[in-house]
Amino acid sequence: MSIKNNRLTAEQYDQNFSDIHPPFDSRESALVEANRCLFCYDAPCTKSCPTSINIPKFIKQISTDNVKGSAHTIFVSNIMGAGCSRVCPVEKLCEGACVYNLLEEPPIPIARLQRYSTEQAMEKKWKLFERKPSIGKRVAIVGAGPAGLSCAHVLSREGVDVTIYEKESKGGGLMTYGIAAYKVTPRFCEDEVNYITSLGGIDIKYNQELGKNISLQELKNNYDAVFLGFGVGLARQLDIQGEELMGVVDAIKFIYNIRAGVYEEVPVGDKVVVIGMGMTAIDAATQAKRLGAKDVTLVYRRTQEEMPCTEEELNIAKLDGCRVIWLAAPAVLNGANGKVTHLVCNLMQLGEPDVSGRRSPIETGETFTLDVDMVIKAAGQIPFSELVNNSQLQHSNGKIVAQKDGATNIAGVFAGGDCVNGGKEVVDAVQAGKDSAASILKYLGL
Amino acid sequence: MADISANFLGIKSPNPFWLASAPPTDKKINVLRAFEAGWGGVVWKTLGSQVKNVSSRYSAVNYNGSKVMGLNNIELISDRPLELNLREIKECIKLFPDRAMIVSLMADNTREKWHELIAQVEDTGAHGLELNFGCPHGMTERGMGAVVGQDPEIARLVVEWVMEKATIPVITKLTPNVHSVVPTGKAAVEAGSNALSLINTIQSVTGIDLDTFVPNPYVAGKSVFGGYCGPAVKPIALKMLATISQDPVTAKVPVSGIGGVSTWKDAVEFMLLGATTVQVCTAAMKHGFRIVEDMCEGLNNWMDEKGFKAIDDFIGKSVPHLTHWEELDINYHIVANIDQTKCIHCGLCYIACEDGSHQSINLIYGKPYNTYTIKEDECVGCNLCKLICPVDDCITMVEQRKGPDYVNWLEFQKRGLPLNDH
Repeated sequence: MSIKNNRLTAEQYDQNFSDIHPPFDSRESALVEANRCLFCYDAPCTKSCPTSINIPKFIKQISTDNVKGSAHTIFVSNIMGAGCSRVCPVEKLCEGACVYNLLEEPPIPIARLQRYSTEQAMEKKWKLFERKPSIGKRVAIVGAGPAGLSCAHVLSREGVDVTIYEKESKGGGLMTYGIAAYKVTPRFCEDEVNYITSLGGIDIKYNQELGKNISLQELKNNYDAVFLGFGVGLARQLDIQGEELMGVVDAIKFIYNIRAGVYEEVPVGDKVVVIGMGMTAIDAATQAKRLGAKDVTLVYRRTQEEMPCTEEELNIAKLDGCRVIWLAAPAVLNGANGKVTHLVCNLMQLGEPDVSGRRSPIETGETFTLDVDMVIKAAGQIPFSELVNNSQLQHSNGKIVAQKDGATNIAGVFAGGDCVNGGKEVVDAVQAGKDSAASILKYLGL
Repeated sequence: MADISANFLGIKSPNPFWLASAPPTDKKINVLRAFEAGWGGVVWKTLGSQVKNVSSRYSAVNYNGSKVMGLNNIELISDRPLELNLREIKECIKLFPDRAMIVSLMADNTREKWHELIAQVEDTGAHGLELNFGCPHGMTERGMGAVVGQDPEIARLVVEWVMEKATIPVITKLTPNVHSVVPTGKAAVEAGSNALSLINTIQSVTGIDLDTFVPNPYVAGKSVFGGYCGPAVKPIALKMLATISQDPVTAKVPVSGIGGVSTWKDAVEFMLLGATTVQVCTAAMKHGFRIVEDMCEGLNNWMDEKGFKAIDDFIGKSVPHLTHWEELDINYHIVANIDQTKCIHCGLCYIACEDGSHQSINLIYGKPYNTYTIKEDECVGCNLCKLICPVDDCITMVEQRKGPDYVNWLEFQKRGLPLNDH
């Protein structure tokens, strides 16, 4: 047993990391589905989209060969509509609400149709938005992720000059760094950021980290308003013995390495355990398997009833051959020669509901041990508490406290996305960026 | 098992499904394959004057992903040598003596030419003749086709010439490119035509290429009006057929119904409005001759279910149900009812009623699913919501008469009853 890279052939890597939801092959196949759409009034799909994309309208536009109009309809509500068409958990959002479900018929493949339009827009570099002439107002945004880009796009359209400070060397945030490569490729993420910023008026300064290279006070002094959309990042620690052993890694870093580097170069174990059952856990488990790990097991302290990922995601992991152990919580990590070799788990049972409304796991007193050579921690991410603590921002456990419109306790400073909500979907962050942009425009008297 | 055979002026066919005069019936190889597939009869593609065809010849109307809702053509009558057609007709009759063989004719506009053509065709042993007074393109410029059918007096004259010579049944095929098919139908019957068939194709422009601005079908940068047919024209054909069945003169002769017949159901509708046989073209051009199998089986099963032993038992049965507007019962009133257990909350009924009818549906907001209910007092019973609802039997129309007695518009006025006040 060992952790090593280069486990597969180039063809195998290609196959394993190819698009999991391939696009339509042709206009005809897209039209078959577009024509199935009933064009609902006050449509349940739109009402289930956090960014309220006018879905019946964009699908109707596909069916009339007005693909340009269709892409505009999507982007005007969600500037990351291209990325969202690949990463949104649509089964619990738009497609889950499609009225065809009530007829026991397959829902309209909304995400795939959205991809059909937005992909053409990006490929053909359609200029769908015109920026108003600069009005001389300047806004600083921290974080070039979905929230920041969405906020920036709305502001720039209105003639505001936007500067984004991004701590990484690429934009896109978790879209670029935290989502499985078989959903969006690094190349795609880069294209998406470029497409969004092609509007003009948005200057991204890379490798600029808040609290390190720049301070909130500076931004406040130099700009007319500030939007904070720096997300979450730190993996929740397990706080158990042996966590420092070699082979124990956090999921965000693991996924980051896959996304940032070359598949062949990413090392993975023979026997991998992933702790957690959220979307990130699934992305880590399936990608570990796709990198060539022999055995991947997801360990979760509650049951399927309480899992945060969707059933569709769980099925991806299962189909990839990942094993799931429910009602198991990591207790101790043992090792030899500084390398992790065993994970001891407590067997749990469900007790009374906790604050989240889910039944909380309680130890039964029984334990079991798994042979491991790699443990990926995906038990949630925690906010950048230190960063927030060191500012005057009001917060709750490191999450910035912001109103629905993005306003924080500091006048002129707005926030949204994961750094406020603690970690939700890309599409939620996009909406938060839009909401804050609207508030900023109001704040600037526009 | 019901008997689905037809007897049209003594021309017998094992079923009432004939192929209309068109490309599927223009040569032996097609016709034999059609007979093998089970078609009851054919109307051989129009013979007559010498013509030359162009390329392309068809264009279509697609709707919501459904191809060829309507088909348009600018093809002319048969461009094959007359002798060859006559020989093949004879051979087909010999090989399938139990099928109806009607030959469509369009001669140059002289008595002699018609007589000559009729004699040649009768020599083949054909069972009947169909006079093409309907072709709307190409032939009209030469004084043939629709220009004959559009003027009752010209039609009468040509039918008289034909009847002088013909010894087998003559069917006159009517053009729909008139405000009413009845005047020409009457003229033809009065001149001795044994039967009528309708409709021929409707003049149309099916669409325009938005890049070249040339309407289709495209012929070297130009186009012409073509003849429209297929499912899109069925409602128009049914209406025209009904007027022929209602008129006392034309109602005396049997009718072969044409216009968008694609299924056994369509055929039954034509027969309920008075057609003895139906003629099919577009559906066969789109799907091939094999469609006749389900047409026969479907008709048979329907007749069994309804207890009809022969097709004569139901031909024309719907004609008396068509009346004049002023005879409709004003006291008959229906209101929509939405079955909430079937509703899928698409909101299509709501927006249709709101924007397109009488604002009679309530919207009760829900996330993501709204609830829709009928404002019974406002509902005029128009059917729109029911027509638009994507779920079968979710919206039904419930009878709520305004009064027990039959009151039509004339009576309504006589009694001075109140008009709408909103």
